[in-house]
Amino acid sequence: MTDTLAIELKDIDKRFGAVHANNKVCLQVKQGNIHGIVGENGAGKSTLMSILYGFYQADAGQIDVLEKTYTFTDSHQAIAAGIGMVHQHFMLVENFTVLENVILGSEGGALLADGLEAARKELTRLGDEYGLKVKLDATIDTLSVGLQQRVEILKALYKGAKILILDEPTGVLTPQETEELFRIFGALKKQGVTIVLITHKLREIMAITDQVSVMRAGQMVAHKDTKETSRAELAELMVGRKVLLQVHKNPANVRAPLMKVKHLTIADKQGVERLKDVSFELRAGEVLGVAGVSGNGQTELLEALSGIVPMTSGTIEVLGCEMDAKHPLAPDRLRQLGLAHVPEDRQRMGLISDFSASESALLGYHTDPKINSGIWLSDRKVEANCKALMQAFDVRPADPQLKSANFSGGNQQKLILAREMERNPDVLLIGQPTRGVDIGAIEFIHQRIIDMRDAGKAVLLVSVELDEIMSVSDRIIVLCDGEISGRLDACDADERTLGMMMANALDPLDPLQTMDDHQASVKQKAHQETQV
Amino acid sequence: MKRDNRIVWINRLLLPLLNILTAFAVTAVLFWIIDVNPMEAAEVLLYGAFGYEEGIGYTIYYATNFIFTGLAVAVAFHAGLFNIGGEGQAYVGGLGAGLAILMLDPTLGAWVFIPASIIGALIFGGLWALIPAYLQAYRGSHIVITTIMFNFLAASFMVYLMVHVLRDTGQMTPQSELFPTNSWMPFMHDVAAGLGYSIEASPLNLSILLALVCAVLVWFFLWQTRWGFAIRATGKNGSAALYAGINPKHIIIVVMCISGALAGLVSINELVGYQHRLIMDFHLGYGFGGIAVALMGRNHPLGIILAALLFGTLYQGGAELAFEMSNISRDIVVVMQGLVILFCGALDYMYRPWLIRHLAPVPKQEELSGVAI
Repeated sequence: MTDTLAIELKDIDKRFGAVHANNKVCLQVKQGNIHGIVGENGAGKSTLMSILYGFYQADAGQIDVLEKTYTFTDSHQAIAAGIGMVHQHFMLVENFTVLENVILGSEGGALLADGLEAARKELTRLGDEYGLKVKLDATIDTLSVGLQQRVEILKALYKGAKILILDEPTGVLTPQETEELFRIFGALKKQGVTIVLITHKLREIMAITDQVSVMRAGQMVAHKDTKETSRAELAELMVGRKVLLQVHKNPANVRAPLMKVKHLTIADKQGVERLKDVSFELRAGEVLGVAGVSGNGQTELLEALSGIVPMTSGTIEVLGCEMDAKHPLAPDRLRQLGLAHVPEDRQRMGLISDFSASESALLGYHTDPKINSGIWLSDRKVEANCKALMQAFDVRPADPQLKSANFSGGNQQKLILAREMERNPDVLLIGQPTRGVDIGAIEFIHQRIIDMRDAGKAVLLVSVELDEIMSVSDRIIVLCDGEISGRLDACDADERTLGMMMANALDPLDPLQTMDDHQASVKQKAHQETQV
Repeated sequence: MKRDNRIVWINRLLLPLLNILTAFAVTAVLFWIIDVNPMEAAEVLLYGAFGYEEGIGYTIYYATNFIFTGLAVAVAFHAGLFNIGGEGQAYVGGLGAGLAILMLDPTLGAWVFIPASIIGALIFGGLWALIPAYLQAYRGSHIVITTIMFNFLAASFMVYLMVHVLRDTGQMTPQSELFPTNSWMPFMHDVAAGLGYSIEASPLNLSILLALVCAVLVWFFLWQTRWGFAIRATGKNGSAALYAGINPKHIIIVVMCISGALAGLVSINELVGYQHRLIMDFHLGYGFGGIAVALMGRNHPLGIILAALLFGTLYQGGAELAFEMSNISRDIVVVMQGLVILFCGALDYMYRPWLIRHLAPVPKQEELSGVAI
């Protein structure tokens, strides 16, 4: 490890209208280090990285990459300077092969064959060097998420990246895939690649990084050597106050089942079974957690239970009504029965970005006679409804006329939760309640879920965050490849057990048995963190 | 907030204005090439459209058609559907209006005939749109393809009916017998005369009031009722609408019927208000013009009324231009209208990035917060 600086940002300043997104931000990343950047939503991390990657231009300040000063006006220049970025959402063409995806944008000549051949050689070399093994001729849609991410990393390296920026890279991975990714980080680091890791998972920061920088409200508030800090300290720095990472709750007072799911099977339009013979009961007064890597049937489960996608077979008994493939209940009917649903993807389903907050707060309840009198949907009542919800869940800014898209992720989520919870439903289905939500809001949302449960409601919580599942739920079921691969009480659950259950049928290329020493140590470190 | 407002104004006002000006500028160049003084032409056009009472009458009369078709396109658009079958729906709507009048006892009063013809136009126009709607909702055929094909079907169907079934006995022209005078939508000049005012005779009739009432109803329906809420939700975000328990198939059916019915009302202005018989091709151009009107009017009834007035002006002023200036043929006028459609429709957002950069120079925050958390 040398003391050369891979990245040096000096006094980066960026304003968006009244918002001071980056306020004299300085950052030094040493070459060959893994550097974490943490911060709440809207702290300015993404703006800073976008400036570094040439998406935006800073209003003031200086960018040095590998000790040369640059002014990036687009991302090509950043790539040329040796910066590679792996986005949270992969930028891959699904029905292209790995090889084709990698050369996309650098095909080299009119005929593909030469470029492909050269790329194949280079990729094989890179693969050997960094342990980034991927089948080059497999199409992307046949690869697991972990492997797709590997393709993204290969793509960046192929374009000559000496500095890799990864934006929330572990959000979609299993614990095992995460460990594999960290092993790759280790190999990259050995070869002198610098890694900048943007994440809000403090455990990962502690496990893998050398240095960590904390951003809050557009400013850098701390630069720490990872060895000399702790999760609690980082969390405190991020929010500027002490937060509780644990949820306080009393033992569950479980009553009669409100929902009985029997042999539920859902096939998609191509006939592929996304959910296979799933049976469980959801009882009043409990939180049932559904764990699993995203894409293993959770979405289908939520959408089937809420009446959005048709069932293929099986029955669902809910609140005294029964539905099956031949007798579906529409989402609006289920809502009338007392079932509420907070969808996993708030942008896609939970609200309508172009609508005002007051209109989004009405979604699903626009036929409620309390708001519309026969024909007329009264603006006044619509707004009053939204104001009340905003007040109850502390949505900021409390402006019902503001476009839904202009709220931060956490506030959008609070608005949706308010809409679904404030009507006091008997059964509440929640998908990813805290995805992309900052720590302060997470605490609040968890408390509200517990309150519902203590009030004798039945809550089904789907989340990819194991911490969340383990701390909020009373019982846990694990979905893997559309099947229930494990059932256990929350008190018996630990990360390892859940991880193994989640990984039941994962890609055989990601085996646990090839774990090398480095990986084992990462795991141990991560394990220690769990107990902190 | 402020920036949002600025963008709204750029979209709603500045952009349409700039687009029209560009269309006019290109037209001016065109006129200059064919040796016509553009300023002189503009003068003739404006005089033709607004210079005298009869001209104004014609302008508003044409605008009436565009309000109906513009509203038709806009209603469908709010549900995310692109109804380009306004032509056919207007044509078949005319059949409905005509049949309603021809089948009723000719001695009945206007208070029977006029509502009956309006209902006939609404039902026939709506039903003609129902078929593509059904095909889209339950069979997955794309509405753009089906509605445009239904324009051709409507044209052939009407030719057959006009030549073989509805043609007035004892004449060659494919047109029906004259509607009984009781059934005519009163002319504006007659109404004015009844109130003691005297204005020049023109085809302008009370249908304009019907058009304005429709505009208000469309506004109320889309923005003040739960059905409108459901329609707009479906148009903006289909999965969110599904989540809310809104059945997209029902929305497609309902919206297309309303859209077709509105287009069908063109026949009230044209046939019941002016021609007073079923004729061929009375609808030509209004259905497609309605698309440009809706785009320009930003799918809002108020905008549509203004855009319809512009198109009425081009129709009437253009006709005057072709009549007055020997170098300008009817076709040049069509080119002029085409340019307005081109710049206001197809190239609608051409200036937008530039305007935003200069008048509201801030990168979008929502894009930012989407990148990372």
